[in-house]
Amino acid sequence: MDLFDIFHYGFVQRAMIAGVLIAAVSALLGLFLVLRRFSLIGDGLAHTTFGSVAVVLLIGISPLYVTLAALPLVMVSSLAIYKLTSSRKINADAAIGIVSSLGIAAGIILASLSGGFNVDLFSYLFGNILTVNNTELLLSFIVFIIVVAVVIYFYDDLFAVTFDQELAQSMGIKTGRVNVILFLLTSVAAVLAMKVAGIMLVSALLILPALTALQLSVSFRTTMIAAVGFAVGAVLCGIVFAFLLNLPAGAMIVMFNICFLFLVFAAKKLSHLRR
Amino acid sequence: MPIIRVDDLTFRYNGLDVISNITFALEKGIYLGIVGPNGSGKSTLIKNILGILRPEQGRVELFGESISHFRQWEKIGYLPQRLSALNAHFPGTVAEIIQMGLPKKDPVTLRRTLEMMAIGHLASRLIGELSYGEQQRAMLARALIRRPDLLIFDEPTTALDPETREIFYSLTREMSRTDGTTVILVTHDIGVIGQYAQNLLYLDKKVIFSGTFKDFCTSPAMTGFFGPISQHLICHQHDQSRGATADGFI
Repeated sequence: MDLFDIFHYGFVQRAMIAGVLIAAVSALLGLFLVLRRFSLIGDGLAHTTFGSVAVVLLIGISPLYVTLAALPLVMVSSLAIYKLTSSRKINADAAIGIVSSLGIAAGIILASLSGGFNVDLFSYLFGNILTVNNTELLLSFIVFIIVVAVVIYFYDDLFAVTFDQELAQSMGIKTGRVNVILFLLTSVAAVLAMKVAGIMLVSALLILPALTALQLSVSFRTTMIAAVGFAVGAVLCGIVFAFLLNLPAGAMIVMFNICFLFLVFAAKKLSHLRR
Repeated sequence: MPIIRVDDLTFRYNGLDVISNITFALEKGIYLGIVGPNGSGKSTLIKNILGILRPEQGRVELFGESISHFRQWEKIGYLPQRLSALNAHFPGTVAEIIQMGLPKKDPVTLRRTLEMMAIGHLASRLIGELSYGEQQRAMLARALIRRPDLLIFDEPTTALDPETREIFYSLTREMSRTDGTTVILVTHDIGVIGQYAQNLLYLDKKVIFSGTFKDFCTSPAMTGFFGPISQHLICHQHDQSRGATADGFI
């Protein structure tokens, strides 16, 4: 098969567009999360997504709307993580651990109640971007627009809160509001990313492009752009190679993200040695 | 109208009073030194004034407005004791950080502020790559760039070399005298504060002394608290500084 033939398939086109949009959103939010030391929030929210999907499947909602239906529960979970972390009595990683284990445990119980793990639930565990439907494509587009608009509108606030929360408070920035917005958007991104990489690998989409871009930092803005660039590149390469080699797309996307990270690491090391 | 009015402020952490029943007011153009031993609540008081912490009891007013309704944050320049969680990988440049929150990014003002703190050559460097002293200078530049009406510095000079420390103190004193900028300087160094500040607030979970240096130096209660030698040393520094000013050396 010719390489360009794959772009003629409708499901590949949908996968590419949705993948690019979701990867860009995840990378944008991921940079703020990594710098705030909330890297594992994606993991925690993904596990909660598992519980939410189990609820949705148990209720019997059509698979077409599972992503949409799982959103409210995951958003509530993200607020629970935020509330726990801002109480100052529980560290962020512990708070993520609590919500994460609750999500997984609830998911397993609910899956068992609905007659065991079925194909639908497995598809969410490991993801399959090639099955993105029109509803999810539309949702990805809407979320992309919202996230980009929010990042542009709140750029100064997000920058200040990420740099130093107390300093941001002294500038009159409502840090609580900024944090809630960041957590809610991350929960939406995690639900969508579940379709791309699967619950097991959602955090990779949030963390890896940001980490790769941070190795090349020249300024905050360029780091954001670079993170999106690496994320989009990994999605496009991942989908094409997954299709050509008949391998799972989600895992291939994550592998490309890791390849980019190691390549950038190596290039940086080499340039240091040459100096 | 006082620039800051603190009334009966109490802040508790885990049930223990960190500061209690703090009351004072600060008029425009006054240079106030806040001193006290470790754990005396100096930084906690500052964080309550800026709304970073919420007191259990009492009231804070900034520029005549209750802290809960205060919105003119551009009038305040603040330098925290240390950046609470500076990530060494933070990808912001010195220029980006100094201009953080500015509605209008003016390159001329930026360059002038950078040069004032002798960090013009660091504008495009990432903040995480700098030494602690350079970071501190960048943060000072950030606090000063707007020429705010109220400057609050929490232990600002700990990482600065003597030359930059002198630039910093002279600059803030000049801003206080010529522009009427109100300055609060939190420090351990009561000797330094005597050279620059007009008013003194000695804190040890509660207010031990609040008033002018003149009152401090003639207060028998303070002689009892500090001992005559320490009090004399502090007041001698202050008198020397006033004398130098009167002779036009500054």
